[in-house]
Amino acid sequence: MSKQVTALASGLVLGVGLSISGMTNTERVLGFLDLFGQWDPTLAFVMGSGVIVAFLGFKLVLKTPGPLFDDVFSLPTKTDIDKPLLLGAILFGLGWGLVGYCPGPALAGLSTGYIAPLMFVPAMIIGLLLSKRVSAIF
Amino acid sequence: MHHFIYATIGGSLLGISAIMMMALNGRIAGISGILSGSITQKGSERWWRVLFTAGIIIGAALPPLLSADFVVPEPDATLPLVLIGGLLVGLGTGMGSGCTTGHGICGIARLSKRSLVATCTFMAAAFLTVYLLRHTVGA
Repeated sequence: MSKQVTALASGLVLGVGLSISGMTNTERVLGFLDLFGQWDPTLAFVMGSGVIVAFLGFKLVLKTPGPLFDDVFSLPTKTDIDKPLLLGAILFGLGWGLVGYCPGPALAGLSTGYIAPLMFVPAMIIGLLLSKRVSAIF
Repeated sequence: MHHFIYATIGGSLLGISAIMMMALNGRIAGISGILSGSITQKGSERWWRVLFTAGIIIGAALPPLLSADFVVPEPDATLPLVLIGGLLVGLGTGMGSGCTTGHGICGIARLSKRSLVATCTFMAAAFLTVYLLRHTVGA
């Protein structure tokens, strides 16, 4: 039960953060991705502050014996740079550049009621569900 | 307030959310992975993921209610572009095991080489896509 409540709380903080940061504004995101146009550096502040805060927080948290509501910290174990990682990152960047939505802002965009996120999110979920099969080819 | 300040406050909240997930549930707050698991997992493993996802949507609805500064314009993309973009983002983040939060924030904060390589790759691909769209074919 507590695990569900904490997940909801973390999601809420993330949603508020995405909205305040400007990440849900596709025009601003595309402005950041447009290096050769009227470059908008806003997103660098989002990623920079996010990484610094998480870096400092993880340093402290990972020194503790374990999480409050689970037995262990579930950290990714893979370390190799494989084909699915690289090909996946390329496809993701391509899709991100087309519309200006990455997964979080697309979900957050559902709260705006605009048509684009309502279409984007189901397509993204289909892509996610297909991805294991596509990865298996490589 | 200047949008760089909002960006820094918002970005810090993304970091805080990542710390909360790690400290409380021992998990990486990667949106693509959690969204995917909210469909494929079963039982309580599914429900925390569903609630995390719901939290993002509800949380994002709040700031625009408080200030017009957070009301965003409608995305300027045609329906086919939106569908192809969504499919590619889902496929790519699924194959690459992460997106801007999982790799870009949590992974880099953990100094993971895989995440650093993934982040540089998807950023480069996105820069190139926007360059091609805005300065070659679309121009």
